[in-house]
Amino acid sequence: MREYRILSPTGIVGYGFPEESFKLGIAQKPDLIACDAGSSDPGPYYLGSGKPFTTATAVKRDLTLMLKAACELEIPLVIGSAGGSGGDNHLKREFNIVCDIAKEYKLSFKFSTISAEFDKAFITREFNGGRITALGAAPPLTIKDIEGSSCIVAQMGIEPIIKALDEGAQVILAGRCYDPAPFAAPAVRLGYDKALAIHLGKLLECAAIAAVPGSGSDCMMGYLYDDSFSVEPLNEKRKCTTTSVAAHTLYEKSNPYLLPGPGGVLDLSACDFIQETDRRVRVKGSVYDSSGKKTVKLEGAKRIGYRTICVCGNRDPIFISQIDSILKELRVRVSQNLSGCDFKYALDFILYGLNGVMGDLEPLDRITSHELGIVIDVVADSQENANTVCSVTRSTLLHHGYEGRIATAGNLAFPYSPSDIQVGAVYKFSLYHLLETNEPERIFPRTHYEFKEGGLL
Amino acid sequence: MRTKLRDIASVIRSKNSGPYELTLDILFKRTEDFERFSSMNIIDKTLIARLYKIDKNQVLSIIKFPQAKAIKATIVRPCGSGDLGERDVYGAQQHAPLMNLEWED
Repeated sequence: MREYRILSPTGIVGYGFPEESFKLGIAQKPDLIACDAGSSDPGPYYLGSGKPFTTATAVKRDLTLMLKAACELEIPLVIGSAGGSGGDNHLKREFNIVCDIAKEYKLSFKFSTISAEFDKAFITREFNGGRITALGAAPPLTIKDIEGSSCIVAQMGIEPIIKALDEGAQVILAGRCYDPAPFAAPAVRLGYDKALAIHLGKLLECAAIAAVPGSGSDCMMGYLYDDSFSVEPLNEKRKCTTTSVAAHTLYEKSNPYLLPGPGGVLDLSACDFIQETDRRVRVKGSVYDSSGKKTVKLEGAKRIGYRTICVCGNRDPIFISQIDSILKELRVRVSQNLSGCDFKYALDFILYGLNGVMGDLEPLDRITSHELGIVIDVVADSQENANTVCSVTRSTLLHHGYEGRIATAGNLAFPYSPSDIQVGAVYKFSLYHLLETNEPERIFPRTHYEFKEGGLL
Repeated sequence: MRTKLRDIASVIRSKNSGPYELTLDILFKRTEDFERFSSMNIIDKTLIARLYKIDKNQVLSIIKFPQAKAIKATIVRPCGSGDLGERDVYGAQQHAPLMNLEWED
């Protein structure tokens, strides 16, 4: 039976991986190196601002090993969700890194980028045409959300990647991608079963997280067959067990049986997980249902203001026992001190030691610790205004004369000077919706390049 | 005899499932414990709502997954990930109320 070997070096390009594990993978002569670079986990800032959540230095280190190996073995290298959020700005940074590496090592390869960013006019047209629908618990979409967005991307499926390979690409940098797509697309193109390829991609996109001990920054090998697939970590200290592999399908998903994606739903309810060797697990029975409407997931972020914070603490039992009433009085005094200032702001206090981690979900309602960590969190319409509110709040709280106060020198301990930190622009997710489309190749356009001895032709 | 969930579970965790949902996973060490616990239906929407001080309609689903000896509960996030009022962008530290869950066998 034929076998298609896929090397997944790391969970996110730029998170790193041990070179020894990678070399063991390369020694097995993989048919494909693929890696996911994206996540919406770090929050809306990265999508909205166009900035990656990884550094260029770390990405270059990872991509250098992958690119050199792909060129030596003459196999495809597919990177999904380039730059983290997969917008055009994110893609551009990774494009420049690929150019640097090609030049430095005089590499020759055919190269394609696939854009996943959309202009607001297109999204508005699709919205007005009724082709955008809400997803899960996301709030309903408005034209205002679309117009206010600074970046809108959609997760491409396997089709645009297959198209780029058909057009001759060996190395592909794709914008925002359905996580399994970079792993599954080249295999589906060769006629492998879509359900198995996508299920394998789903496991490989997090690299060795599905092993024990798990790691998002160590290499995993996938072996795809016509009737099943296997996974095995390359680092001998890790192994895959039926439980670790099955458990991974739960991770970050609301329903482990039905995994919707672009083009259809992966149905794992009839899956069998078989312990093949001590470290290798075989999976059978994944099913793909492509009978529903074809959709892609949209993600958008819009700027909602600018943030300034102050991190401080308190070690006074009298202050701590009155924290609720102190903050209530403080809010009134701050608004009085800012009366006449014509701007809106959001003032929040994060109280570590009370409910700093869980907020409203925290079941305990009393403070049992001897000290309290406080973050004064201000978001306003400009950085200057956020600075103003944070400064006034900090100075008012510092000298606030609460009932029974005996420590009269100041209520707050600041670890830093300056005490106030400008955080910059703040974004929120504005779109998390499904876009109906039957033309994935058209809406995710490809651009082709070629490197010869490191030079861009 | 009283049993504590953290003593028979190998994993108790929380994580975002997209920016608007939070999903809670309990994986059991032994198949017998998973089966006994499942059959007692201890984890239901009412319990999750009580543990997290939310309305029952904010608990979206409770799903058993025998292949991983696991039970999963998904709730609506208190706010969209990273919105004003956020306390845990990744949602990875919302599991503690499950850890001390105990019951009479």
